[in-house]
Amino acid sequence: MSYDADELGWFGDFGGRFMPEALVAALDELTEAWRDAMADPGFVADFEAILREYAGLPSPLYEAQRLSEKVGVRILLKREDLNHTGAHKIRNVLGQALLTRRMGKHRVIAETGAGQHGVASATAAAYFGLDCTVYMGAVDTRRQALNVARMNLLGATVVPVESGSATLKDAINEAMRDWVASVDHTAYLFGTAAGPHPFPSMVRDFTRGIGDEARQQVLDRFGRLPDAVAACVGGGSNAIGLFTAFLDDEAVAIHGYEPGGEGVDTPRHAATIHAGDRGVLHGARTYVLQDEDGQTIESHSISAGLDYPGVGPQHAHLAATGRATYEPVTDTEAMDAMALLSRTEGIIPAIESAHAVAGALRLAEGLRETKGPDATILVNLSGRGDKDMGTAMEWFGLGETAAPQAAPEEDAR
Amino acid sequence: MSVRAAFDRCREEGRAALVGYLPAGFPDVDGGVEALRTMVEAGVDVVEVGLPYSDPVMDGPTIQAAAQQALEGGVRTRDVLRTVEAVASLGVPTLVMTYWNPVERYGVERFAADLASAGGAGLITPDLTPDSAADWIAAADAHDLDKVFLVAPSSTEARIAMTTAACRGFVYATAVMGVTGARTTTSDLAGPLVARTRAATDLPVGVGLGVSDGAQAAEVAAYADGVIVGSAFVRTLLDAGSDRRAGLAALGDLTRDLAAGVRRG
Repeated sequence: MSYDADELGWFGDFGGRFMPEALVAALDELTEAWRDAMADPGFVADFEAILREYAGLPSPLYEAQRLSEKVGVRILLKREDLNHTGAHKIRNVLGQALLTRRMGKHRVIAETGAGQHGVASATAAAYFGLDCTVYMGAVDTRRQALNVARMNLLGATVVPVESGSATLKDAINEAMRDWVASVDHTAYLFGTAAGPHPFPSMVRDFTRGIGDEARQQVLDRFGRLPDAVAACVGGGSNAIGLFTAFLDDEAVAIHGYEPGGEGVDTPRHAATIHAGDRGVLHGARTYVLQDEDGQTIESHSISAGLDYPGVGPQHAHLAATGRATYEPVTDTEAMDAMALLSRTEGIIPAIESAHAVAGALRLAEGLRETKGPDATILVNLSGRGDKDMGTAMEWFGLGETAAPQAAPEEDAR
Repeated sequence: MSVRAAFDRCREEGRAALVGYLPAGFPDVDGGVEALRTMVEAGVDVVEVGLPYSDPVMDGPTIQAAAQQALEGGVRTRDVLRTVEAVASLGVPTLVMTYWNPVERYGVERFAADLASAGGAGLITPDLTPDSAADWIAAADAHDLDKVFLVAPSSTEARIAMTTAACRGFVYATAVMGVTGARTTTSDLAGPLVARTRAATDLPVGVGLGVSDGAQAAEVAAYADGVIVGSAFVRTLLDAGSDRRAGLAALGDLTRDLAAGVRRG
């Protein structure tokens, strides 16, 4: 069975291209340039060299021994948090920016939620000497002032978006509006494996190194494949980057963890596949959080990087075919996992990645029963948690050195 | 009733058609109907009723603001159909202009059936191109509805041919590379795009590029079959604020100015 898209970007019933005619020529040009580049050994070699020498890849595979002992199965972490700029996202932006340069364009635009993709885009633009404009919801620019400052220092212009809900989806709308007017000299560095064809496939190609590297690292270290792989899914770029290498390994279970927010039985979550319906958002047919009339519903997650009311169409297809399983993880479960990993392994994960860790803890219970202590779960630790310390301080009441307090690990179940 | 008849009548009169847009539910459902009636009485030949959508990627700030106000006021898809019914009953051909997801959510076949029974002429689909529109094309054909797709300055000849072959009613030429909104200068991309479109089809070609007064309308009418005006109407109502009587009066004045313009071109 093929889990890939056809020529027009359809993953089964999902994906495609629902876009204004004005952008079709640009998307066709991008599709052709991307296919040419991926078939050009020179481009691939350049990309790999930049990832190695500039971004610090391949990222290590780390056996989390104390955590493994605690949960009774082997937990392996793919340490994307150690990449330059602190997350898997550097792979995507360096790939797209390298392609931009190859296409002879000199300006890039990007959308960002919490600012991680914006910072990564500004970084790639600085590296390649490109002009960079980042659209960011006005609400988010206030919540994430530090990331705005990082983008400014890297030479990017940050444009606050006041329209709609003034968050990530509106930043995407505004970036598309810019692109319609600037497409002759501007590339849109889309931040996740969603949107119109070719973005879902192209972003996957640039992030699939996560799984390709990890699969080989697990084989080299343990002489076998993991029983399960786990990643968090917002738009889904880190997850598709991990999953792709394992799609044809039928014995490997594939698990995506969606932001369950305050619970999927409340209106405040972003569990698109689990609780959304089929629809069209930002150029692709996928699962969408929408009301009875097809108006997009605002999503909620404690993790800004997962707070998106759509999801990449290949994930929709993997869910519909049953190849991958998607379950929600609540804010509370994710924050508990964040604390647990911090205290057990000395690794502070991004809250996004903490969703994957929480999911792995859930998986471990079942696998321990069926396969015993040799059972192995590979988790994509997609980013580091420094950016989330404000949220963590508020959630756990941290930073009050004098006041004794309960260890959050105590209720990490 | 196809909008084609209205374009043909204008052509017989030796002029371009004036196509006027307002989103449904703005300032509220009844107020929107009243505004469209004012526009029709003052000389709009074809009406486009916008379906307000949460994520309007092709619209500039003016239409975004109106759509958001309509959504905050609780406008529903059924209110859009109610607006169509009220306007079409005035005898003017009435299209719905909509982003795709609300139609898919309503059910493509059901939407086509309900639009036809409301007296609507068809759909303009800014984010749906014919190569992604198999369901809509089938439903439109089954219910005898117009399919208005867009061409753009960046469209290749092959895409213009493919797009115009799928259109019924007229062809919508987006003659600037950019979002909707009134502009002070007309585009030098419009004339060539209309010429390329004409080379591919006998359908009328309507041009939307931010026309905001009679002089601009006359300029566009010189080379196009229809002059499409949206943001300028919306802006007029937004500027009038809560003074609805003044808003309608200004809307009537603007329409008369534009209607004179399409007759000068």
